[in-house]
Amino acid sequence: MPRESDLPKIVAVNTDEGEPGTFKDREIVEQDPHQVIEGVLIAAYAIGASRAYVYIRGEFFLGVKRWIKAIADAYEAGFLGKDILGSGFNLDMSVHRGAGAYICGEETAMLESLEGKRGEPRQKPPYPASVGLFGLPTLVQNIETLACIPHIIQRGPSWFAGIGTAESKGPKIFSISGHVNRPGNYELPLGISLSDIIFGYAGGIPGGRHLKAVIPGGASTPFLRGDQVNVPMSFEGLAEAGSALGTGGIIVMDESTCIVEAVRRLSKFFAHESCGHCTPCRIGSWRIYEILERVEKGEGHSGDIDLLLDLVDGIDGHTYCPMGSALVNPVRSAIQHFRPEFEYHLTHKSCLVNGVK
Amino acid sequence: MGKVNFILDGKEIQAEKGDTILQAARRLGIYIPVLCDHPALPPEGACRICLVEIEGQRALHPSCTYPVSEGMVVETNTERIRAARKFNLELLVSDHPLDCMTCDATGDCLLQDLAYEYDVTEDRFEGTKHHYSVNDPNPFIQVDRNKCILCRRCVRACREVNGVEAISVFYRGFSAYIGFGADSSMDDSPCEFCGSCVEVCPTGALWPKQSLGQGRPWQVEKVRTTCPYCGVGCQLILEVKDNKIVKVDSAWEGPSNHGWTCVKGRFGYDFTSHADRLSHPRVRKYLLDGKKKPTASKRDPEKEANPWQWVEVDWETALGIAADRMRQIRDDHGPGSIGFLTSAKCLNEENYLMNKLARQVIGTNSIDHCARL
Repeated sequence: MPRESDLPKIVAVNTDEGEPGTFKDREIVEQDPHQVIEGVLIAAYAIGASRAYVYIRGEFFLGVKRWIKAIADAYEAGFLGKDILGSGFNLDMSVHRGAGAYICGEETAMLESLEGKRGEPRQKPPYPASVGLFGLPTLVQNIETLACIPHIIQRGPSWFAGIGTAESKGPKIFSISGHVNRPGNYELPLGISLSDIIFGYAGGIPGGRHLKAVIPGGASTPFLRGDQVNVPMSFEGLAEAGSALGTGGIIVMDESTCIVEAVRRLSKFFAHESCGHCTPCRIGSWRIYEILERVEKGEGHSGDIDLLLDLVDGIDGHTYCPMGSALVNPVRSAIQHFRPEFEYHLTHKSCLVNGVK
Repeated sequence: MGKVNFILDGKEIQAEKGDTILQAARRLGIYIPVLCDHPALPPEGACRICLVEIEGQRALHPSCTYPVSEGMVVETNTERIRAARKFNLELLVSDHPLDCMTCDATGDCLLQDLAYEYDVTEDRFEGTKHHYSVNDPNPFIQVDRNKCILCRRCVRACREVNGVEAISVFYRGFSAYIGFGADSSMDDSPCEFCGSCVEVCPTGALWPKQSLGQGRPWQVEKVRTTCPYCGVGCQLILEVKDNKIVKVDSAWEGPSNHGWTCVKGRFGYDFTSHADRLSHPRVRKYLLDGKKKPTASKRDPEKEANPWQWVEVDWETALGIAADRMRQIRDDHGPGSIGFLTSAKCLNEENYLMNKLARQVIGTNSIDHCARL
């Protein structure tokens, strides 16, 4: 945030949670929006903003209602509005519902959408901190981050930094879904072992089946094999294992899962959610989906695995925004870890896991 | 504006501060291929053809949006870059009708040029292609979405240059397409048919309807001229084949129009070769014979040669008769009996001369201008 700017400053709260396998923001907004409002107030006070916008995923009906109610409550209690608690500090806050596009979770696409435009990312630089909403310096933060602020202010930064690992500090909400006995949100220190979450907190795999694969940080992060779960859930730990922490949305797949089908479904999501701005994402993600669709159906062509890898290399790092390149991660890692399954689909025209396809 | 020094393909280059890499390269005549960027439009970063390598950066960056900075080292044509460009061209071609042999844009198509330059010969993805119907009912512009590469030049020309906002992108991802108004036809949108979108379209997706099938770029002679319609003086480039105008482009170097023009200049040229167009001066026969204006009862071609008949003459004769008659009217009835009406299509100089003719030669103050009607 540029200190020398005389322009009014804005806080934009990102509650457009759309990453497959991730549902922590929904829980925060539905269960405790007040701590986020407190976090927004502190953030706005810190940067000198007098206006805050909450952008929330349109499908979060209950979340929207709770946000609106919480903001109204805060106004009534004198925590929002003019001259808050006689401090001379003003902050107005309102809620804006998204219209169903994943890309609007990208910070600049979210700002475009807030301005009433088509939700597409902006060119960076300039970054939102200098030119953001309506051209004003804007602080964009996820609500999970903002929810931490009151606790850090209350208990001190060393308390917060004492949780987690040396490089990944603080607690994190992990959403775990898929083939586990107790799916849900678990707030745990960063650096906790993935296998502890799966087999401990989430109660392990149902039916005594074996763990086959895990996506550790939402659909945009690379697959891990079932034998790679003794990995700390931290930025550095997952990077070392060849994946990423992402949103902390853990998707667990047991041995009954066809990886080709899983990747096909993921690719359909990314192709569907491509905004269409740049060539590699608009056409490339669709081509990946088409190829996976034919491979999965047993109609694949002999060179399709190499073609997929070519597509992945062609897209990676060449897109307009990071989302375009996100699809690359599950596709590349799935082929890397489970190539024989793809080959089986091509040679046997059927599925290794489900037999008939 | 300050200067920025950086290294482009091993050469030390000086650019203007605030330039993008592509702008700096263009100023120096260094070629970087691009589809979506256009010098007259704000950068878009959509096509990903102008990717370049910047030292110290993992990813390739589009030169059209990346600003130059002091000491930066940029490569524009490495093997890695060429592979990335070719890949994006392959993707575009994989959803493009390969009908270049009958496409009007052949020879005037950036996608074709780049496919040739990067040796894109096949569609190796074997995926689906769009099959949009080509039926926009407007009178001027053929809209062929199958040939659209979604570079959005038309969107920017309509929004940023003309402020009309008739064109925008509808839907998302592979289903995205260029549409008009509230996703209706061009006719039902705020479109004014200035044709700027046609001018900037890099492929055959937008093409003048009256130019379809009229000739290839190498078959036409390009003639730069001034638009005859109004006093702005837009510079046009006429594409002429067999002494007939087949297409009109606007000239980027035109000092008053900077490459843009309106519906009349771009599409209103069919009068030039129309059968009804006068190409020589004509006078009534009775004037040529030096006779008085005949009364209506005498207009009987059966009885005598029609005195109202138009006779083609040279300019000297026509202007001589007009001058004589005006002088006579002024002498007989006074200068107040004559009025002048001049035109917004004339240049300032021509209107000034008309003013002189009215006030000083004839002696009347009755002169007016069609733009006041």
